[in-house]
Amino acid sequence: MAAQVRVLRQRIRSAKGMKKITKAMELVATSRIAKAQARVEASLPYAQAITGVLTALASNARIDHPLLTPRERVRRAGVLLVTADRGLAGGYSSNAIRTAESLLARLAAEGKEPVLYVIGRKGVSYYRFRNRPIEANWTGFSEQPSFADARAVGETLIKAFSAGADDVDGGAGADGVLGIDELHIVYTEFHSLMTQNPVAKIIGPMQVEDRPRSEGLLPAYEFEPEAEALLDALLPKYINTRIYAALIESAASESAARRRAMKAATDNAEEMIEKYTREMNSARQAGITQEISEIVGGANALAASGSEV
Amino acid sequence: MAQQLHVELVAVEERVWSGEAEMVVARTTEGELGVLPGHAPLLGQLAEPGQVRIKLAGGEQVSYEVAGGFLSVSAEGVTVLAESATPASTAQGR
Repeated sequence: MAAQVRVLRQRIRSAKGMKKITKAMELVATSRIAKAQARVEASLPYAQAITGVLTALASNARIDHPLLTPRERVRRAGVLLVTADRGLAGGYSSNAIRTAESLLARLAAEGKEPVLYVIGRKGVSYYRFRNRPIEANWTGFSEQPSFADARAVGETLIKAFSAGADDVDGGAGADGVLGIDELHIVYTEFHSLMTQNPVAKIIGPMQVEDRPRSEGLLPAYEFEPEAEALLDALLPKYINTRIYAALIESAASESAARRRAMKAATDNAEEMIEKYTREMNSARQAGITQEISEIVGGANALAASGSEV
Repeated sequence: MAQQLHVELVAVEERVWSGEAEMVVARTTEGELGVLPGHAPLLGQLAEPGQVRIKLAGGEQVSYEVAGGFLSVSAEGVTVLAESATPASTAQGR
């Protein structure tokens, strides 16, 4: 009996230890969500401004820029997958990977060769373990991405995209570098603290929308330098901005997923502590009861034997 | 001068500066440029590295070192788009 009580006490102690850890992680994740949301908020003015500038440009310049025109024949399609660096975030990374997998299957079915670019240690180890090729990967910033990180990713992707322009069937073109003809991004959209959805979007080539404007004609802009040169300089920056926006939204989603997972773990630990405490108490009580009945039984036996003599 | 120019300086990660000013001086790839209220709509790429000076009413001036910047002038005001913007050390003007 005493042994059982000791075992239960040990279990309660370890459950309490775990609860402390998961509670701390929950609190950290909660504060990170707020920070990530603030960064999403802070990036909006730039995103709006660059969209406005591009709209003005696109309606003034010829739009046959390589980043804007769909390639006739898409041979290789790049997929940028955003996952977490660390686990304990519930299904966050595996959901993103699953979405990427279905996109890869769809691309393969369309006769395009998928090329993987992965952000986050979880995604990298998933593909490494399965011995599947990763074109490039970046790790170490999934929870707090900076624009410099997004730019590093964006530059690699844009380089691959422009290298794909002259590829021919079954090999690299004149520049000898295999590039990509399409660019997809898989990241996790942040809807609320409880829902985050992985989504797959195409970011290259970009689609120009012809939208009727309600407030009349756009002002006639002057351009310094030429509109075409400006477009050349602006479009890569726009792609970087899109990647940055995806990264910070994913970071918010990651923290939200982690908070939820850790909240569930804390609740479970509490439940376990309660259950073990009850068991321990009843085991202790049973032990005491048994002891008393042994004493009483012994006394009775003594008394009975004494009366006989 | 009654007329004021609404200026916004936005970097990718945050809005750096926003307010009313009398004049914005920047250098595009084509040359130095000063924007006064009522300027014609303009889009320009800023020279690298570029300094953007914002002249406030009362002769004061703020300036920023801007990397990867663009300048957009429209009827609503001036927007400077930057990959990064840091306050310049020589911020004290005239």
